[in-house]
This record gives sequence, C-alpha cells and structure tokens, in this order.
Amino acid sequence: MPVEPPIATPTSLADAYAVLAGSTADDPITPIAGGTDVMVRITGEIGAPPARMVDLSRLDALRGITVDGGAVILGARTTYTEIRRSDACREHLPALVAAAATIGAAQIQNRGTLGGNIANASPAGDTLPVLLVLDAEVIVGGARGERSIPVADFWVAYRRTALAPDELILRIRIPVAGGREARFRKIGTRRAQAISKVVLALAWREGPGAATAGPARAWTDVRLALGSVADRPIRARATEAVLEGVAPTPATANAAAEALAAEIHPIDDVRSTADYRRAVAARALHRMIRDAAGW
Amino acid sequence: MTIRTSPSRTSTPVSPLRSGEAAHALVVPGGAVVPGRIQTASPLRREGPAKLTGEAKYADDLVFPGAWYGATIRSTDAHARFDGFDLDPAIDWSKIAVVTAQDIPGDNIVSLISDDQPVLVPVGGEIQHHAEPLVLLAAADRETLRHARHAVTLRTTSLAPVFDPLESDHVFAHYEITSGDLEQGFAEADLVLEGTYRVGHQEQLYIENNAMIAVPREDGGVTVHGSLQCPYYIHKAMKRSLKLSNEQAQVVQAETGGGFGGKEEYPSIVALHAALLALKAGKPVRMIYDRHEDLSATTKRHPAIVTHRTGLKLDGTLVAQDIEIVMDGGAYCTLTPVVLSRGALHSGGPYRCPNVRIRARATRTNTPPNGAFRGFGAPQTEFAAEVQLGRAAEALGISPLEIRRHNLYRIGDETPTGQILSESVAAEEVLERAAEAAEFEGVAARTAKDRDRRTGSGHVPGSPLRTTRDRTASGIGVALAFHGAGFTGSGEVKLASVASLELAADGQIRILTGSTEMGQGTKTIFPQLVAEELGVAVDDVDMAPQDTALVPDSGPTVASRTAMVVGGLLIQAARRLKATVEERNGGALFADVRAGDASAHGATRIDQKFEPYPHVHFDDETYRGDAYPAFGWAACVASVEVDLDSGEVTVHDVVAADDVGKVIHPVMAEGQVEGGTLQAIGYATIEEIKLRDGRYLNDRLATYIIPTALDAPRIHTILVEAPYSGVPHGAKGIGELPMDVGAPAVVAAIHDATGAWIHELPASPERILAALGVTPTAAAPTPHSATAADTTPAEPSAVDATIEAPITEGTDPRPDARTDPQPMRGPRDPDEPR
Repeated sequence: MPVEPPIATPTSLADAYAVLAGSTADDPITPIAGGTDVMVRITGEIGAPPARMVDLSRLDALRGITVDGGAVILGARTTYTEIRRSDACREHLPALVAAAATIGAAQIQNRGTLGGNIANASPAGDTLPVLLVLDAEVIVGGARGERSIPVADFWVAYRRTALAPDELILRIRIPVAGGREARFRKIGTRRAQAISKVVLALAWREGPGAATAGPARAWTDVRLALGSVADRPIRARATEAVLEGVAPTPATANAAAEALAAEIHPIDDVRSTADYRRAVAARALHRMIRDAAGW
Repeated sequence: MTIRTSPSRTSTPVSPLRSGEAAHALVVPGGAVVPGRIQTASPLRREGPAKLTGEAKYADDLVFPGAWYGATIRSTDAHARFDGFDLDPAIDWSKIAVVTAQDIPGDNIVSLISDDQPVLVPVGGEIQHHAEPLVLLAAADRETLRHARHAVTLRTTSLAPVFDPLESDHVFAHYEITSGDLEQGFAEADLVLEGTYRVGHQEQLYIENNAMIAVPREDGGVTVHGSLQCPYYIHKAMKRSLKLSNEQAQVVQAETGGGFGGKEEYPSIVALHAALLALKAGKPVRMIYDRHEDLSATTKRHPAIVTHRTGLKLDGTLVAQDIEIVMDGGAYCTLTPVVLSRGALHSGGPYRCPNVRIRARATRTNTPPNGAFRGFGAPQTEFAAEVQLGRAAEALGISPLEIRRHNLYRIGDETPTGQILSESVAAEEVLERAAEAAEFEGVAARTAKDRDRRTGSGHVPGSPLRTTRDRTASGIGVALAFHGAGFTGSGEVKLASVASLELAADGQIRILTGSTEMGQGTKTIFPQLVAEELGVAVDDVDMAPQDTALVPDSGPTVASRTAMVVGGLLIQAARRLKATVEERNGGALFADVRAGDASAHGATRIDQKFEPYPHVHFDDETYRGDAYPAFGWAACVASVEVDLDSGEVTVHDVVAADDVGKVIHPVMAEGQVEGGTLQAIGYATIEEIKLRDGRYLNDRLATYIIPTALDAPRIHTILVEAPYSGVPHGAKGIGELPMDVGAPAVVAAIHDATGAWIHELPASPERILAALGVTPTAAAPTPHSATAADTTPAEPSAVDATIEAPITEGTDPRPDARTDPQPMRGPRDPDEPR
C-alpha cells in the first residue's frame, strides 16, 4: 500500500477548525467520514490521493437527526442507514428515505453519510436532487463561524462546491412544509451498487381548488431536480414553470415531459447515452405526474 | 434417462418422463449400481471449510520472505512502434529491477496455437494493442515501485489501427462446413428469413484477480505459485521462454478464486513476467494484479457478428441454414481458432437441417486479445441461432416451443459435419421438462393477451416521451442449446492426458492429476468417483496438490472436460488398482486389504492414459465426422418484466433443464447451473464493454456491471441424465451448458413482453428503448426483414423492430487519455457522467 496520508483526529469542532486552518485550495486537507468516496482514491490509481486528511469520526456534533423550528436537521455524519431508520425522516422526508435506500447496498449505506454525498459533489449523487427539491440548506462552519448555503447554490461546477477549503459541512436543514409532496426515482445500471444513469426528484404543493377547472387541484411551488444529466445536480426550472400553477392533467404531463427533454443536455458516456437519458428523464417525470394525479 | 429436480435434491434417480424413453438402452434403472454412481450423501466440498474460515491460501496470501513486488508497464497505444523508453534520472534505479524483451533467455513468444504473441514487446517492435506489456519493474517495497512506475516514459510512433473485425484482412482462422444442397434447400423454402446478430465482449470476472509469485531456484530455474487453470500450459511456456528443463520449471497452483476460462491463457504471461523479474532481481517476485489491470489487459469473450439466412417450410421445418460468423480475435491469435471452431460447430443450434452452409472466420484487430470464456464460442453463435428461430416461429405463426419440438435433434439425426447422433441425445427431454416446470404455454397465452390489450387504444403513447398506462410488461421466453462434450475434434487424442492413482506405502490412497480446483468441484468429485470404485470412504482418498513436480499432465482444466475425461480416467485407474490389489490378495476386497497390501508390497501407482473413444472419428482438415464424442443439452425458460418507462429488465424466474450425462454431486451440479445461468443473464442484459481507440472504457468494477444478488432470479434447476457410453460413468460435463442458453431465453422473453426483438447483446435498456422507437438509433439499420417466398404466411417485419447498436464506440470524454502519464490509469472520474 502507498504510505498513508497524515491524518488528524480532532475531538471537538474547535480542534477540527484549528486543523482545517491549514487547508488551502492548493494544498487541501481532505475530511473523511464514512470514507466510501475517499477510500477509492487512497491508492492513488485514480488521480492524486489525498495528501492530508482530517478524520471526522470523533465529532459527535455532526451526528443526529432532530426536528426543530419547522425543519428536519440532519448532522453531516448521518448515514443512509440512519436516514432509512429515522422516524422523523420517514414521516417528513419519505423521498430522502427512498433515495437513501438506493445508494450502494447495505454496507455502503452503513458507512456513507449525507454530508459526504453533498461534499463529494458527484453529478450522480443520489440524494442531491431530493435536497434540491426540498429547498435544503447546508450549514457549514469554520474558524470564521457558521454560514448557511442553499443547496441550489452549493454545487458550483463539476465536482466543485461552495465550501471553502477550511470549512466543514456541519448539518443539513430541510424545511418541513405542510402539504408538500415529493417523489424520487433512480434509473441505475442494476438493482444495487449502481451509479445512476438518471436520477430525479419532484416536489409540489397542492394549491386551492379554485385554480383549476377539473377535479384535480393545481400544483404550486413545483421543484424538479435531476442528477446525471449535467456536470452537477440541477434544477429543471423551465419544466418547473410548465408545471407551476396548473393541475397535473395529461396535457400538463405531456407538456412537462417535452419541456424536460428540451431543457436537459445529457451526454453519452460509459454508462448510458444522451438519447436514453433525455427520454427516460422525461418519461420518469411523466410517470410521476401520472401517478400523483391518478389518471 | 434420469431426471433430477432441485427441490428434492435427491441422489436417487427418479422415473423418466415418458415410458417410451425408459426402454432405451442407456437408461439407468432406479436403484441400480452403475460405475461412478455417487454414494448416498453428497460429500462436503473438499476445500470448502478452509475457504469459509479464511484459512485457504490464495496467491496473495502466500508469504515469501524478502519477496519483491512486480509491476508491468503497458502500452497506451492500440497500434504503434515501440521506439524505446526513458527512466527518470531522479529515481535511484539501482534499487529497481528493470526487465525488457532483451532479458528473455529463450523465445520471446507465449503461444498456445500460433507463435505471434511476445512475452514483452521489444524496443523496435510493434505494439498491437492497448495495455500490451512492454517493460517490467520490481522493487523491494510497493512505494518505491509506485514511484518507479511513474518514472518510466514510453516513446512510440503511432501506426494506423484496425478496430473493425469486418475490415481486418488478417485472418486467424476460417472454416467452412457444408452439408446437403443449400440452393435446393432455399428453393424448397416457404419462408426465407435473414438476420444479423451481434454480441460484445464479456469479462469472466473471477473473484480473484490474476496473481503469480515466482521464486528463483537453486538449480537456476524458477518455481511459480499462482492462480491458474492449466499448470502444464504455464510449465511449457516457462520452458520455452526461460530455457528451462522440465525440472527447472515448476508450477504450483495456489487456491484459485475462479477462472471461467480467464485463467487458461493469461496466467502464462503473468508467470513469465514474474519469473523474468525474479531471475533479474534474484528474489521472489510477487505479480499480483489489481482489478483495473486485470480488466484492462486480460482476455475476454470474443465479440461476434453472426448473419443467418434461414429457409423454412410453412409447418416450421428447417430446410436451409446459411450462416456466416465473424469473430473479433483481438490482437493475437491465442485460442481464437478453437473458439471459432466450437462457435461454428454449434451455430445452427440443436436442430436437424438437411442443407447447411456455415462459414466462419476470426480476424485480428488492435484490441486486447480475446480468449477462453465458459462456452468458448458457442454462447455467441447459439444466441444468434435461437433468436433467428424465434423470429422464424413468429413469422410463421408457430409457437416458439412447437418450432423447437419440430426441429430438435433426436437419436439418429445427422449434424452438418456428418456426425450421426447415435446416443445420449436429450434435446426433447430438457425442452419438455423446462417448458412443463415453467408452465410455458399457459404463461405465454397470458402474456400474449396482455400484449394485445396494450396495443389497444389508450395504451399507445402519442409521443416517445410519454408513459403508457401499463408500467411494466411481462414476458416469457424459451431457448434450447447443445454443447459438445470435451475437446473439439481430435483434441483429446492429441492431448493424450494422464491421470494417476496411487496406493502409497503407508496405505493412503492418493489421486494425482493436473486438473485444478477453481471453485467448480474437482477436488470433491474426483475422490467421490475413486472412492465409489474402490469401495472405500470418500475421506480415505487424498488429492495430491496441483504441482508439476508431483502430478502428471492431465490436460487443461477447460471445456467442461474434467468430470468427463479425467474423471473417466480415474475410474479406469481405480478399477486397475483394485484388480491388482485384490488379485495379489487372493480376491479379498480392496477396502479390507489395502493397508496390509501397502506394507507388504510398497506403493502401487497406476498411470492411466487417455485412449480414443470408440467409434469417434473427426477429420480436422475437412471438418467432417464426429466433432464431439457426445453433446450435453440445455433448455432455459426465462420470465422477465420490462419497465416500459425505462427499458430496464428484471429477470424474475428461470427454469433451467440441463442434461449432463451423469450427475456426480447434485449440489455442486446445481450450483454450476445456477452460476452459469446468472452469468448468462449478465451477458444478456447488462454486461458490456465499450471501446474507444482500442481501449476498454469499462475497465473497473464501477463501470463493468455484472448482476448482484438482487439482480439474480429464482432459478429452478432440473438435471437430466442421458449418459454417454464412451466414459465409464457417463458424465458429459456441465460447466458451460447453462451459459449457452440463458441469453437467448431472456431476449425471447423481452420480445414476448414488448414485441421487439433485440439483435445485439447486451439487451440493455438503451437498446430496448431504441427498439421500441422511444429513442433514435445511432447507427444505420441493417436489413433484417424476412424476404419471403410468395406464400409468406405472416408479416414478420411489423413486430420485428430492427435494432442496431445505439452505441458503437465509447463516448466518455477523456481528453487526457492519450497523454495519460500512468499506463493503465482509468478515466479521471470513473463514476461520473459529465
């Protein structure tokens, strides 16, 4: 094995911040929690291995799931298994639970963390579209204090985040909005241990009945987000606009599917094709609307 | 004929299906004792406890004090002249062993058939494929080695590569097999159906990567310990390239974590590399591949393009088959001629047809060499044959079961090589057993009704971007296959294998064979066969280690030949040993007197050499005669569910009926069928290698996708016994059979669900949606339509969606691939679309 990179194991946030004070963009200190992404890089066979690391395993401040002030707050070290088992998540965030259940398999779900999924910034990260449609905020901290970053602003480019080199992800705040519905679907390469070909999440709120002509009520606050169709997880805002303020009729679903196919620009790669991703994203959205409306 | 079904897990044969069959001479009467019959309970796997507890020593577990670590510097070009290499002077090269072609004492050739592949490309020589070995390094520790690997710069001059096997003019092998009068056959046909089928690479994906450790010997030779299938192939390669005597070259098999054909050829290269470094460094050298290197460089299943033109009568009778096969051999010959030969001999499927022409060729491309993989050419061509027959049935309005019943081989039928199938034919038995257990006809009637309903109004989307009311569609598919038992043609005669049995001076019974255990059960079934014959307990029989210093050359552990051929030799050896001992002890039973006999007479060893099977004649020049002494027969019924939104396929249930001649160990036999079926399902649905510039893009486990436990269907195994009389126990081999039949069954089931025929493996969701018209096809379609005579009874093209590859090459954007500073490194971001 290559020589292990030097690793610090702080036991308090203050200590962690002190370690990270030495982290710069050119010479970063890589945090490790579950390690499911970092450990793949450790051999140095895929790009440069981390040169210096900070171990988050003693930072209990990054753990726990609480419901507070109209939001579910998940510590950055919350594992996918903890999300799946959490009563709060199952009650308020079923779409996030559904996403967590599709990641890797049991071993990965036991180790991997929500904070890691966010920090890794993969365009295929399976929880990330859910966080986008639920208007989640990422609370990050460092020696200079804490700040909150809306997820929509968090992934700034391919594999790049708004996190400063000396900051840690502390927790994720997801507002619990009454009447909000959310759905999740992943199309992967197989039934487990699969990286997404397309992953999408949709959220909406049912508006007052007066807005519609038919029996179905109009949707408002529509959010649609996708992974694996761009260089980062994205919101499909043009398609959202098609769905916003109207009822989920067949005509609406058709228009939304067409809009989504026009809006995204996926690529051919080793896992799938641009044509497939575009068509399946549109069809998966069409199915979600169809299921929700019950026609 | 005897049938075993899995739920009972019985080792007592049950009654045959039809009373007419029971009268056949080859039927084993229930309860009768026949040679090689297993004892009542199947013994535990010999090496199982050690594997379960972690005691088993695989190559990388072996400790050799002071051993160095080896690495291979490989080409990053598909075709180039190797102009030389530079060593970064910043590194202290005195601490590193560097080996080039110049260090090879003997021939710079590693060969099984044709002398075209170098151990290392010499400076000034031609690089023929990506990941080809050029320079070897070894160092005392891994970190030094890692730095050294990065400090080698290759100098090459690019040459024009050839990637399309159809365009290549370098032919490794070609065959033509003809029978009857093709023109006359097509003239008699009521329907003439054409089709082109393509299959891609498949990786064996044994759990343990290739691994060898070479230890210099005091006599100037080298001993290698490693993961391998065929110790004597490596022994031969070492003698030739390292100029060693029989004794100086020693090959010892370590516990081996799977092979599937993937450790038939390439271990010779790994062993030679380790040995060259060991000789240079004067130290043991460990050459342990990681998964990326193994996937990038070692042999895969041959891609193939198979074109059929088939003539049938209205009632489904096959009257003409014109088949053309082109296999992609990759950059070197390896075993390609014999893979192609087996592919050609199986390309018509297990069906009687009086007028046949089979033309087969394999050509060279600048891609890593392809080689042996479970099925050995037959899965490729039998996939094409079965899909073609399924399309013919549809065109004629005949059920897929009925067209197979109508044409399948029966006793007395003649194959295209003129072989008369005089015994051990179980095509009908496996087909009927599988169809019955799967309730094929009832399920097919239901799925047909569902399909008709879906095509009604309200179910057809107005746009490819919309969903249909039905979320999924279910389908059922059947396929039938045969697999020639043992080596093709005169292969076994040329091998002249030897298996030995010894009653040692201490009274211990010991089996000495070169046949290897790689998870398939060699070490368990050999003692079973010998113990049964000698009348002793299974545990009284030992297996000598697979070490060329100890055991004879029993031929390679390939071609599903171990149970049949070497097992047969051991039974014969056991009979001779028993007779010898009993004779000199006044007819007393061997089991009662063996200890006394051993102390009185010392060791008794029987070396049993292969004798040609009676009445089996094959002419390798004309390709006429008995291509195989016998065939195994397999039927598969697959039930699938296709997600109509995404094209994702779930294989829910498989019924597999396999005739293996004789079941020796029911539990392990069932395991072979289950494992082979799952490997075939991967081949059918998800396993794919895309290439760009001759380089595999799916060269990591993150990108080369095989089924997980969640992707595995319920598999119901039915074992049928139609013994072959040429071997004492009747066994015909089992390992490869299920691999031949799974993929066409799944593709037929996808057709049953969706109405679309997929002509190319894998039948990926991308190809299925393209076939359904949801997404455009990237490549121009090749005509597959039926060109029928005037009386075509059905219009096949309405449902016969033409599918060509939406993916013809890798498209992962990787601008840095050619300037990759580290040979073998994968895409910079292997898990991401960008």
